[in-house]
Amino acid sequence: MSNPFPLEKDGLLEAYRRMKTIREFEERLHVDFGRGDIPGFVHLYAGEEAAGVGIMMHLQDHDRIASTHRGHGHCIAKGVDVKGMMAEIYGKATGSCAGKGGSMHIADLSKGMMGANGILGAGAPLVCGAALAAQKLGHDGVGITFFGDGASNQGTVLESMNLAAIWNLPAIFVVENNGYAESTSVDYAVASDSYVDRATGFGMPGITVDGTDFFAVYEAAGEVVKRAREGGGPTLLECKMIRFFGHFEGDAQTYRAPGENEDNRKNRDCLKIFRAKVTEAGVLTDAELNAIDAEVMTLIEDAVREAKAAPLPTPADLTTDVYVSY
Amino acid sequence: MSDLITPILMPKWGLSMREGTLAAWHVEEGTEISPGDEIMDVETDKIANVVEAADGGLLRRRVGQAGEVYPVRALLGVLAPAEVSDAEVDAYVDAFEMPQVEEDEDSGPAHDYADLPIGRIRYTTREGEGVPILLIHGFGGDLDNWLFNIDALAEKAPVHALDLPGHGQSVKAVDNPGLGTMVDAVVQLMDHLNIEKAHLVGHSMGGLVSGQVAIDHPGRVASLTLICSAGLGEEINSGYIDGFVGAASRKELKPVLKDLFADQSLVSRAMVDDLLKYKRLDGVQGFLEALRGNLFVAGRQAAGIVAGLAGFSGPVQVIWGAGDAVIPQAHANAIPGASVTVIEGAGHMVQMEGSSRVNDLIRDQI
Amino acid sequence: MARTLSMKDAINEALDQEMTRDPTVIMMGEDIVGGAGAAGEDDAWGGVLGVSKGLYHKHPKQMIDTPLSESAYVGAAIGAATCGLRPVAELMFIDFMGVCLDQIYNQAAKFRYMFGGKAETPVVIRAMCGAGFRAAAQHSQMLTPIFTHIPGLKVVCPSNAYDTKGLLIQAIRDNDPVIFLEHKNLYASECDVPEEPYAIPFGEANIAREGSNVTIVTYGLMVPNSLAAAETLKKEGIDVEVIDLRTLSPIDMDTVIESVENTGRLVCVDEANPRCSIASDVSASVAQEAFKALKAPIAMVTAPHAPVPFSPALEDLYIPSPDRIAAAVRKTMGA
Repeated sequence: MSNPFPLEKDGLLEAYRRMKTIREFEERLHVDFGRGDIPGFVHLYAGEEAAGVGIMMHLQDHDRIASTHRGHGHCIAKGVDVKGMMAEIYGKATGSCAGKGGSMHIADLSKGMMGANGILGAGAPLVCGAALAAQKLGHDGVGITFFGDGASNQGTVLESMNLAAIWNLPAIFVVENNGYAESTSVDYAVASDSYVDRATGFGMPGITVDGTDFFAVYEAAGEVVKRAREGGGPTLLECKMIRFFGHFEGDAQTYRAPGENEDNRKNRDCLKIFRAKVTEAGVLTDAELNAIDAEVMTLIEDAVREAKAAPLPTPADLTTDVYVSY
Repeated sequence: MSDLITPILMPKWGLSMREGTLAAWHVEEGTEISPGDEIMDVETDKIANVVEAADGGLLRRRVGQAGEVYPVRALLGVLAPAEVSDAEVDAYVDAFEMPQVEEDEDSGPAHDYADLPIGRIRYTTREGEGVPILLIHGFGGDLDNWLFNIDALAEKAPVHALDLPGHGQSVKAVDNPGLGTMVDAVVQLMDHLNIEKAHLVGHSMGGLVSGQVAIDHPGRVASLTLICSAGLGEEINSGYIDGFVGAASRKELKPVLKDLFADQSLVSRAMVDDLLKYKRLDGVQGFLEALRGNLFVAGRQAAGIVAGLAGFSGPVQVIWGAGDAVIPQAHANAIPGASVTVIEGAGHMVQMEGSSRVNDLIRDQI
Repeated sequence: MARTLSMKDAINEALDQEMTRDPTVIMMGEDIVGGAGAAGEDDAWGGVLGVSKGLYHKHPKQMIDTPLSESAYVGAAIGAATCGLRPVAELMFIDFMGVCLDQIYNQAAKFRYMFGGKAETPVVIRAMCGAGFRAAAQHSQMLTPIFTHIPGLKVVCPSNAYDTKGLLIQAIRDNDPVIFLEHKNLYASECDVPEEPYAIPFGEANIAREGSNVTIVTYGLMVPNSLAAAETLKKEGIDVEVIDLRTLSPIDMDTVIESVENTGRLVCVDEANPRCSIASDVSASVAQEAFKALKAPIAMVTAPHAPVPFSPALEDLYIPSPDRIAAAVRKTMGA
């Protein structure tokens, strides 16, 4: 049977592995956080995997992304080490950020991941800088900033869209529209009916895709990234998607309609949709996907076990790494 | 009668001096003074030194008061023979006007730059008659090390002083700097200035350089004055060299510089600051480290001139500060047949601390 | 060779030499070239006071005019700094920092720590600061304490052209984010400045004047004002030491403590508002570390706890003057 998809079998398996890893990472955090194992608070990306992975499948390490408070999915999709992430979330010295950043600040510049960010909309200017650096240093890297429908109203995002447009930067503005800014509906908080209209206002193309459909995101992102790499300038890409959990863990989600979460899980799960498409087309088998599921489960289990066993930062770490030199 | 009256003026040491404090008089009114006599102490924010009389005569009036600050070229004293009346001296003092100088000249004798094969070299010149004197400073120094010598020596001959490569305001970008670099710079500058033959006066590393020029180009050296010179033995206070090269702050540099002087109070804040400013210029740190690597091996001097100078027929004199804490005074006697003078109360920078004696010795030799 | 240069020209020369040395050094800001996209000449302004005049023609690829979007372009400078460039972003006035403060204090200042020591953000953010231009409350502030409060930032405020060149070169070569503040009333002040590039390390105060009776600790425009006060006081037999901090973070408290241990008296002079200022910070440190050396209470001479006024009659009262500084010193001396 022929392959109707834009990725070869290996690519499809890799995309599934990344999405499944994010899903299991987040589902496990949901459980462990509820049990009180994890300090602070976490914002989970479960349900949104197709967007992050659909875009990141086009990127390399020299492409830069700036993430949001809901950053785990972007990190995993961009190749940040899962065990380092888990240890970070547990506040351990072996974490990606030595236990100093936590869930909301996981970064790995060597992977092009400029950091999850606790300040909404703050990544947009940073990514303009990454795109400017690519332009000045003469490589084909792109910069992608992710922000939610909530942060789409931040001045930094709007200023950055203007900046990227006038400088023709290889920058991509990804609106992850899950319908809620914390508890506030997008219908209430966003004046425009269409993000495409906003993009048009800044003189850049805008595209809206179904963020639960990996292939829709993948194809749209491919076009957008290619345009940026080739000097065609910035684009806005809106992914309409589903947040399985609340804004943060502990959110009672009283703002949701009755049955909304159950419906999302049952009918709009991007992983289920992906599995159905690739198995129905006969390109991948359930056995192949189940094998990945098993490997991912082992990885997450190992990550948690190692994170729990890992050493805490020492008192001396309190004041190190504030400066390169001081 | 006023043509019999000679003023004693506040001296100008270096480009930046605008005023000085008359710290003390060493002579009373009514004393007969000879040129070269030490007549007063003057201090600036950079340096303190004794002032030698430029002219001889009877000191009739001490116009300047000890402890007061006076601008450069202010009237500090009056020399006049006894037949000049007090009234005439008074009239002279009252009528004295500070010599007006051109705006450009106000900054003192200008420095020049020569673009030589080795790079840009800064030098300064005092005009005069006869075979010129060329003053060559030491490791980490510059032409201002000769502040108290250059004008006094110019009474006898034209004088030039240079900044060696990597030093002062001369070129810093020199590959693998060593003794050869310095010798080349001196010879190239002599060519540039059309100096066929010069009296070389070298201090410390500059002594080593002078000696090597005499060895390599004997026909171009009329005489040698080696002051606390390197190249006359292996021992050296490597702590000074390492301290100087390594110092990155005023705090680190100041104690190192005390090794240079017998009177350590001469190490002023301005002196330390000026050296730090030099050390912080791009390229200087790398230059000094490379130069140290070529001049010193395992804390000892790697190059010597004693054997080579056996073939040099011109006069050689060696001057040393008795309190030299950088190069052992014992090295003063290394050259057979050279005249040797050890000056008490002076350290490694003997040309500053014992400037009048050093100036006399150099003038006598040429 | 050394020659006399104004602070304004020293800034220009430092930028010029560093952009020549390192093509990854870029400069961004509003009107720093001037005339971008307009029909007239390029390089029309060189910044609102002409500081960067002429640099565009020497470094056309490294000089970037920005739209009026401080958050976007300061953030872009910070982002680019983590991606291999060494941007120098110019804000016309320190007062505009509020517009983009998030990018400075939540992003640039925290990357290294938040990311476990794995980030370097070599960005310089330059801005004019200080009163005296009749520019009123939103163009005249001395907001240094806001930035010294934030770990991860370095803060520089030079008082003369020599220091300005060396500190700006150090700021550009430094691998941490640097807030570089230039007092607009010092732009015309001149002193000897070597032509060659040189870097002055951060965290090293300069003893602008040695003295034995009283220590004045200050920075920026207050250095010349304090030196003027010291000249006056000298005639009264009071020998004042003036310490120019040069960099406010890191701060060279060793030099301050050493001086106070010698003089026994401290006057902190700061153009910033008094609460939680550099003056109060230095006062607190000296009280903690050298209390026994003090022969008199510490004095502070600062702007009042009020915005900068417009009327010259009021602004002249606002800025600590040599007379006010001298009066504080006399009081400390018990006179």
